[in-house]
Amino acid sequence: MNKPGTQKAITKFLLHLHPPKVNAQSIKYTRTFGLGGIAALLFVLLFITGMLLRFVYVPSEKGAYDSILYLQQEVIFGQLLRNMHYWCGMLLVIVSFLHVIRVFYSQSIFNERRKNWLYGLLIMFLVIMSNFTGYLLPWDQLAYWAVTIMTNMLSYIPLIGDPLANLVRGGAEVNEGTLLRFYHFHTGLLPLLMVFLMSIHFWLVRKAKGVTVADSSKKEMVPTTPQLVYKEIVVALSLILILILFSMLIDAPLLEKANPLESPNPSKAPWYFMGFQELLLHMHPSFGIFIVPVIVTAFLIYIPFVKDLQVNVGVWFNTSVGKKVTIWSAIYSTVFTMLIIVSTEYLLKFQSWMPDAPVLITTGLLPLLLYVLPTFGFILMMKKHLKAGKLELIIGLVSILLTGYLVMTVVGSLMRGEGMHLFA
Amino acid sequence: MDIIKKITRRSFIKKAIITLVSLELVYVFVNLLKKGGETKVSSNLFAAGDIDLFEKGRVYPFSTERFYLSRLDDGGFLAISTKCTHLGCTVQFKNSDNKFLCPCHASAFNKHGEVLAPPATSALDLYNITIENGEIFVDTATPVKRAKYNSSQITYA
Repeated sequence: MNKPGTQKAITKFLLHLHPPKVNAQSIKYTRTFGLGGIAALLFVLLFITGMLLRFVYVPSEKGAYDSILYLQQEVIFGQLLRNMHYWCGMLLVIVSFLHVIRVFYSQSIFNERRKNWLYGLLIMFLVIMSNFTGYLLPWDQLAYWAVTIMTNMLSYIPLIGDPLANLVRGGAEVNEGTLLRFYHFHTGLLPLLMVFLMSIHFWLVRKAKGVTVADSSKKEMVPTTPQLVYKEIVVALSLILILILFSMLIDAPLLEKANPLESPNPSKAPWYFMGFQELLLHMHPSFGIFIVPVIVTAFLIYIPFVKDLQVNVGVWFNTSVGKKVTIWSAIYSTVFTMLIIVSTEYLLKFQSWMPDAPVLITTGLLPLLLYVLPTFGFILMMKKHLKAGKLELIIGLVSILLTGYLVMTVVGSLMRGEGMHLFA
Repeated sequence: MDIIKKITRRSFIKKAIITLVSLELVYVFVNLLKKGGETKVSSNLFAAGDIDLFEKGRVYPFSTERFYLSRLDDGGFLAISTKCTHLGCTVQFKNSDNKFLCPCHASAFNKHGEVLAPPATSALDLYNITIENGEIFVDTATPVKRAKYNSSQITYA
C-alpha cells in the first residue's frame, strides 16, 4: 500500500471530498459521531446489495413473494443478502435521524449552513420514502397492510387527499400496479435523486469550511491523510463487520403472502410511522396526518431563518441553560405524552360526551389544545425560571416534539397488542 | 420591493421558460402515474342469490367480493363494504358481539355500518343493490361513500 503511485491516487481522490488539512477539533469522534459518513456508507452498501437483489426479484403480484422465497431458500447467501439490505435500510433511517438531531443540537444549521439544513431535511424525507417503497416489495401480509394503512393516511389530506392517494397507489386499492411503481421508485427514481442531492449536501459542507467546531478560536490544523482518513476507514470497516454479523444472526421478517381479504390483528405501519399511527388513535386524521405534520415541518424549515438569535455555532445545546432546557423538555414530554395517551385511552372521550358537536372539534381541536396549552405554559415557565433565551426555547420546543414522537413510536410499536389495545 | 427590482427582462424570460418546462414535466409525470390505474368498469353486477336465502336480522359475508350483505330486522338489505373508513383495513363481522370490528385500530360499526367506536369517523361504504325477480344484484364496481346512516339507504324487495 505504501507504493507512491497508490498513495498518490488515494490521496488525490479523497481530496476531492476532503480538504488537504482539517481542524484538529473537527475530527474528534464525539464531534460528529461520524453519522453523516456512516449514512453515506450505508447508502453505498444499500446500492450494492440492492443491485444484486434485482437479479432475483420479480416485481409482480404473482412473482414477488415467490422470488423472495426462492432467494432465501435456493440462492447461496440469498438470505444473508436480503438481511444485509434490510438491516442497512433500517439503520439508515436511524442514522439519518440521529444525524439531523446532531446538527440541530450542535447549532450547525445557521448562517452559511442554512441551505444545507434544508437539503438535509429533503434527503431525510427521501430516505424515509425509499425505506417505505421498499417495505412493500416482499408482498407479504406485513408489507401489504402497512402500505394500505399508509396510503389511506394520505387520503385524509384536505382537498387533494383522495386523488393523491389514488395517484400513489395507481387505483383505489394496493394492487400489482402499486407494486410496480413502488419498485421503480425504490430502485430508480429515489436513489438517483438522492445521489444528486447528496452531492450538493457534501459540496455545501465543504463550502461552509467543514463541520462546526466547539471553539472556533483554536485553529490547529492536521493533515487529512492519514489523520482523518484512517479514522474513517476504522469506522467503515467496523460498521461493515457489525452489519454482516448482525445479518447472519437475525433474519429480515417475512410473513405469509399478502391476502387482501384478511387484515392481521393488529396491523401496523412501518415502525418509523408508528408515531403517526399512534397519533391517529387520539386525533382526527386531518389533524394527525395533515395539520400537525405541516406545522411541525414548517417550523423545522423556519428555525435557521429566525431573526435575533444568540447562536454559539458548534456549541452543544448552545449554552448551559440550553442543556438544562433540553433535559427538562425531554422529561416533561415523556411524562406528559404518556399521561395524555393513557388518559385519552381510558378517561377522556370527547366524542361520546358531545355526540352532536362536529368530529373535527371533538377529536381534532380539543385534543390538540389539550396538548398545546399545557406545553405553552411549560415553555413560559422555562423562560421565567431558567432565564432561557429565544434559541434555548426553540431547542426546548424541538426537544418536546422529538421526545413526544419517540414516546408515541415506542407506545405504538411495543405496547399495543391485539385490536391495538394498550398493554394487551 | 427588492425582489421586483431584481427581475430584468432577460431573467424573467429565463425563469418563465424554466417554470413552463418544469410544469410540463410534472404534468406528464402525473399523467403517467394516473394511466396505470385506469381499469375502471362502470358497473359490475354480482348475483348474491335469492331473497329467501337470507334470514332477517343476519349478516352474510361475501369476502371475495369484499362486502357483507346485511338483512335488517324489517327485511331491508344493505350491501356494506368491508373496507374500514379509517385507514382501509378489512373489517370483520363478529356474530358474538353483533358488530363489525376493524383489527387495525379497533374501530367498530353496527349492522347498518354506523360508527360505534372511533377512530373511524364515517359509516362504512355501501354498494348499490338492485332486486329483480326476487334475486339480489350488488354493484361491486363503485362503493358509495356516506357520512352517516339514514333509512333511505336501505333497499327493500
